[in-house]
Amino acid sequence: MVATFYISAAIALLTTALAITRLHAVYALLNLIVSLLAIAVVFFVIGAPLVAALEVIIYAGAIMVLFIFVIMMLNLGEETAQWERQLLQPRIWVLPSLLTLVLFVEMVYLLAIDTGEALTTVREVAPSTVGASLFGPYLLAVEMAAFLLMAGIVGAYHIGRREKQVQHRYLQKEKEG
Amino acid sequence: MMEIPLEHGLILAIALFLLGLTGLLIRRNIVFMLLSIEIMLNAAGLAFVLGGARWALPDGQVMFLFILAMTAAEVSVGLALILKIFQKYRTLDTDEMDKMRE
Repeated sequence: MVATFYISAAIALLTTALAITRLHAVYALLNLIVSLLAIAVVFFVIGAPLVAALEVIIYAGAIMVLFIFVIMMLNLGEETAQWERQLLQPRIWVLPSLLTLVLFVEMVYLLAIDTGEALTTVREVAPSTVGASLFGPYLLAVEMAAFLLMAGIVGAYHIGRREKQVQHRYLQKEKEG
Repeated sequence: MMEIPLEHGLILAIALFLLGLTGLLIRRNIVFMLLSIEIMLNAAGLAFVLGGARWALPDGQVMFLFILAMTAAEVSVGLALILKIFQKYRTLDTDEMDKMRE
């Protein structure tokens, strides 16, 4: 089980790194889906089966499908890949990558000098416990999340609506004449 | 029995978060920037679940569910905005959209 954790962690890191460097958005999405599945395995190993299932269903299922829909609607062609290729020159990505690498080293150092806490003998937190907690002490937050989702739906519908071209008759006549 | 140090899980979360941050910094394609934000949110959720697993409490997973709901709302609005931007500018380059109004 410990080996499973490390293997899936390595897969997650590798595919995420691939996802952010792909030129075509669809390839990036495929890599990211593999990364999300690997993270779902990590969740399962550390004793969170409900979250592992939701990671697969909602992240890898619903949200990535939304991305794919949008990419297909945009219908990006070969010229976008060309444009991305000239954008991803080393002078663009070297400095940000080095800076985030420094951040990573700092965080690892801070974790390393700390006293070792172990996830000793992983105890599974059952879905029923999470559900009881959600609809017990966190009930208000659940309802707020429902509000947020409602606002998201309304907002997406409102923004995505095509505007009707309304033109005044007078202006139309002026344009024709 | 299985013993995974908490640090290793946290290092994974940090590394994923920083990969998302790198992606946000190096890309100019707005779809990839939204994707990088997803990676970062997911890494934050992973840290929450790790914390919950350390003390065998459900609160970490509850927080992950809230992050999930927030992400879903954010992605739907964000993708609608991307469609609008593409209809208006015919490009996904964020450098083209540096003005609030024409």
